[in-house]
Amino acid sequence: MLKTSATDVIPEKKVEAKQKSKFKLTANDKYYASIFAGPSLFLLGLFVFYPMFRTLYISLFLTNTFGNTTLFVGLENYVKLISSPDFVSSMWVTLVYVVGVTFFTIAMGLLLANLASQKLPGIAIFRTLYSVTMGVSVSVAAIFWLFIFNPSAGFFTLLTKMLNLPTINWLANPTNAMWAIIITTVWMHLGFVFLVFLGAIESVPTTLYEAADVEGVSKHYQFFHITLPMISPTLFFISTITIIGSFKSFGLIDLITKGGPTNATNMLVYRIYNDAFFGGNYAKSSAEAIILTVIIAFFTYLQFKFLEKKVNY
Amino acid sequence: MSTLLTNVCKQYDQGKTVLKNVTAEIETGEFFVIVGPSGCGKSTLLRMIAGLTQISDGEISIDGQVVNNLPPKDRNLTMVFQSYALFPFLSVWDNVAFGLKARKHDQSEVEERVNNALKMVNLEDLKDRKPRELSGGQRQRVALARAVASDAKICLMDEPSSNLDAQLRIKMRQEIYALQRKLGITLIYVTHDQVEAMTMADHIMVLHDSKVQQIGTPAEIYKTPANEFVAGFFGVPPINILYATKISDKAIRVNNDFQVDLDQTVTEKELKVGIRPNELVVEKADELSANATVQNVEFLGDEKIVYATFSNGNEVSAIVPSDAHFDMFENIKISSTNNVLLFNQDGINVTANREDLINA
Repeated sequence: MLKTSATDVIPEKKVEAKQKSKFKLTANDKYYASIFAGPSLFLLGLFVFYPMFRTLYISLFLTNTFGNTTLFVGLENYVKLISSPDFVSSMWVTLVYVVGVTFFTIAMGLLLANLASQKLPGIAIFRTLYSVTMGVSVSVAAIFWLFIFNPSAGFFTLLTKMLNLPTINWLANPTNAMWAIIITTVWMHLGFVFLVFLGAIESVPTTLYEAADVEGVSKHYQFFHITLPMISPTLFFISTITIIGSFKSFGLIDLITKGGPTNATNMLVYRIYNDAFFGGNYAKSSAEAIILTVIIAFFTYLQFKFLEKKVNY
Repeated sequence: MSTLLTNVCKQYDQGKTVLKNVTAEIETGEFFVIVGPSGCGKSTLLRMIAGLTQISDGEISIDGQVVNNLPPKDRNLTMVFQSYALFPFLSVWDNVAFGLKARKHDQSEVEERVNNALKMVNLEDLKDRKPRELSGGQRQRVALARAVASDAKICLMDEPSSNLDAQLRIKMRQEIYALQRKLGITLIYVTHDQVEAMTMADHIMVLHDSKVQQIGTPAEIYKTPANEFVAGFFGVPPINILYATKISDKAIRVNNDFQVDLDQTVTEKELKVGIRPNELVVEKADELSANATVQNVEFLGDEKIVYATFSNGNEVSAIVPSDAHFDMFENIKISSTNNVLLFNQDGINVTANREDLINA
């Protein structure tokens, strides 16, 4: 049931509350509930909830190089991190990356999906081409793009040489390296996002466009006033998972820039990994992990609070 | 000043012919109904008039201007879709205003036209609701309001009441008819329901097998159908078609059974005769004189329908007064008045044209 206004939410909550008070589990119900939910609760607890709480716990201590807690320091790890310019710069870098990736992924995905939804001969070829990155693994993508960005023999270098333009050193310059990482990530995400958008656009009833055609509404207006609102639930879903996904990006960064040059692409996730497994500072990286979790949760909460109500019709 | 269809054809790439040489004149301000069984191409024809589907051959002209290659927006028409094509994310008011806003009309003009249109279809109180909060009939009214607000001179409707229940359909039928008369627009209405066609139309076009079977007023269509198909399509229960042989210049024997004396001369030796259920005469009979057996009797209030089988297996339905009593499997004798339709072997109507019938 979709809700848009406060008026149709309130009575439903009342109904729910009523049902809850009447709802009682019999012994039999409890028996079956534990049989069905038990195994997955056990596995989730072991591999998700326990590590989560363990991380929170560790982040309040100092640790030795084996990851064992030594001294309780309260929030000191967090205070240190927030006052460290290195960490703050990492947060900014992550934010720029997330915003860049989300924006370009959605814009490109929408553009391609809109193009591929046109009824043209041979359009199926483009649909396949656009979605092909879905089948590419991170390591393959990284190698592929490293070749493209290669300063001496890369595709971009050849292209700029051919056009007699100054060569751009993609991975040695901080700004360019950020662009390189964003381009690569967008490319990786695009196949999936394209397919989901295409599915959403295709499921908009054609009569809506025909009705608009008859009324003399331009194609441009139709896209912004029919297509976009109609696919807004999908748009919301994609933006949520793209934001979360790009906060968590690790593979491409590790394989292409390793956080460099001069920490220009050292995202939070990569910093957590380095601090824990190379720096041996488990307490610090646990605190960083908790901060990242809070940031992601905060963004997701904002999205649900301000956008979700607007997209469901 | 009218809509002219001249030899309009539609073929698809695979060589499938959907419409063949459709020619018709739709006068300005009339209620024109295109009717036919499903798959006869009636919606395709409507979409071709709207400009949503390209025509393969022929010519469509509106008010003297050939519109074959004009996009829908330049044809000055509006369309109500079977699914109503409402925007689920917009309120009733915004749905009606959508086209006007998109074409950048004045804010005050949009408001005036939308409010007037909503008033005309009695939806003022629901203008802030979303389509999903409306009943089927109300949704249809929103679609009608959109057509009214657009101010177009021609309105096309593609089976607008097929999603409504029977009672609501009758109500909406009357509302659509009243609206058309009030606005004086040309309404081209597609339906598969012969009752809708008969009750609303100024002129009916009957489509079947990709071809126009007949164009005429409801009375013409019912009383002087062009062929067996048209005769069978209109009227409930449908007309009884039986084989007949000529026995003299002015008499035929129907179903090798009873004789009908006609007031016209018969030329064909073998023909088919169409007898409306209310022209059949059903009498109780003993086993010797009976020619049919009752199979079923339906009580309709002021009349009954008797379904019967002739001894040779042909089935007929007859309307009898509701106080007449017939039991299942009872022996009866069926005959007919002389008010029958004659068709030749190809199903073409060969009844002598009787103008008095149409105007009766």
